[in-house]
Amino acid sequence: MTNQKPFIDIRHAQKSFGSLNVLRDISLQVQRGQIVAIIGPSGSGKSTLLRAINDLDPLTGGEVWLEDKQINKSLPHRQYEQHINEVRQEIGMVFQHFNLFPHLKVRENVTMAPKMLKGLSDAEANALAEEQLTKVGMIERIDYYPSQLSGGQKQRVAIARALAMKPKVMLFDEATSALDPELVEEVNLVMKKLAEEHMTMIIVTHEMGFAESVCDRVLFMDQGVVVEEGPPEVIFRNPKNERTRNFLRKHLAGQKG
Amino acid sequence: MGLDFSVIPKYLDIVLIGALWTIAITVGAAVVSFFGGILLAVIALYAPAVVRWPFRVFSFLFMGTPLLLQLFLIYFGLVQIGIDVPAFVAGVVGLGLHFAVYNSELFQTSILAVDKGQVEAARTLGLSRMQALRKVVVPQAIRDVIPPIGNNMIALLKDSALVSVIGVSELTLSAQRAIGSTYRPFEFYVLVAVLYYIINLVMETVLRHVERRIQVSR
Ligand SMILES: Nc1ncnc2c1ncn2[C@@H]1O[C@H](COP(=O)(O)OP(=O)(O)OP(=O)(O)O)[C@@H](O)[C@H]1O
Ligand SMILES: [Mg+2]
Repeated sequence: MTNQKPFIDIRHAQKSFGSLNVLRDISLQVQRGQIVAIIGPSGSGKSTLLRAINDLDPLTGGEVWLEDKQINKSLPHRQYEQHINEVRQEIGMVFQHFNLFPHLKVRENVTMAPKMLKGLSDAEANALAEEQLTKVGMIERIDYYPSQLSGGQKQRVAIARALAMKPKVMLFDEATSALDPELVEEVNLVMKKLAEEHMTMIIVTHEMGFAESVCDRVLFMDQGVVVEEGPPEVIFRNPKNERTRNFLRKHLAGQKG
Repeated sequence: MGLDFSVIPKYLDIVLIGALWTIAITVGAAVVSFFGGILLAVIALYAPAVVRWPFRVFSFLFMGTPLLLQLFLIYFGLVQIGIDVPAFVAGVVGLGLHFAVYNSELFQTSILAVDKGQVEAARTLGLSRMQALRKVVVPQAIRDVIPPIGNNMIALLKDSALVSVIGVSELTLSAQRAIGSTYRPFEFYVLVAVLYYIINLVMETVLRHVERRIQVSR
């Protein structure tokens, strides 16, 4: 694995908002089919790192590569727009607050981008939507509006919407944090299913149990740096770093309370 | 001379044809004001400064001067520079642009109020800025602004009476013509008021129906 060329390669990522350094020289390599969890306290830069991957929050330093393509290339505006729109089609993203399109039915939420960007016919796009919605268990709600769904259902539709673009990578930014506890599991199950299909995933999460059960690797971030990383059994059971231990202790205490 | 509503039937066809013209002007101008409003809003928010500024000046002129003057200018003024517009067209365009400027303000506010996460979600799927605007932001902005836009449409119906000054035989002008022959202003103005009120009611009913329909898409 170590001498394999990484699928996603983040090299010396730096990001500052004005004088605030949010990412300080972070490097991360993810192999094809690997599942990486990112954990850490609030404000440590987890979302910023994730959003740098599809250049939603462009880095102020460093490089992000997907296979042999540099994502955050500096190009003249027009060319950059075309480049980034192509790259983003290959990177699915799921947000904490779902961000479904409320004015569209579930079906159109899923078919819109494939129709616009890949020129699928109505019939092809419908077949695709039905396939993806079946996968996430939402096919019976295909003609509902998002406002008629529960949070867990919304998130599953959001995952189907991302999958319909046939991405090479899926990014999850606290996909279950906004959900009522009883709705978390249905979303986790969908993510587990993707894991079984060897989807490459980077998952920002506060759910240590879930991270431990699906991820190959865990990164613990704090104040813009990766403090510790390793396999889940090491990070969760036997962390070397004092900060990691403190974070996990506090976190577990919080969860029980 | 007492009131005598029995003069009305003889002139009813003139007045009803006037009502049809009023409806035609209102619908035409409403369409112009709606799409013009969206276009002006998008220009005001996203166009480069060289495009934005001329439109801003245009908006100021339309907001800061009387509609009556604008109608005169379009109908009588443009002829002098070789643009001869029929009165009906001048009325629709003048009234439509006037309200487009007001609608544009509403659209701008509602476009800016669409959750940033919506654009982010669209962009992460690979949509361009323009595609996201067209397919995601503007439809939601329109949905959110239907009630106040509806109020503008009703104001537009009432202001369509002004188009009579450039000689379009709409409701108000046809009533004046009937009055000219009968000398019965009270009877005909009451009739016209009732007709405006009926058109108004129909518009409000349609608007309420639309509002209910879009409720689920929030
Ligand atoms: N657009 C922005 N402008 C200014 N500061 C920002 C911006 N986005 C993020 N930050 C700051 O960057 C830091 C890291 O934010 P980030 O959202 O990446 O943290 P996080 O680890 O995802 O936290 P959480 O667990 O709360 O989601 C925070 O201090 C935040 O206030
Ligand atoms: Mg975050």
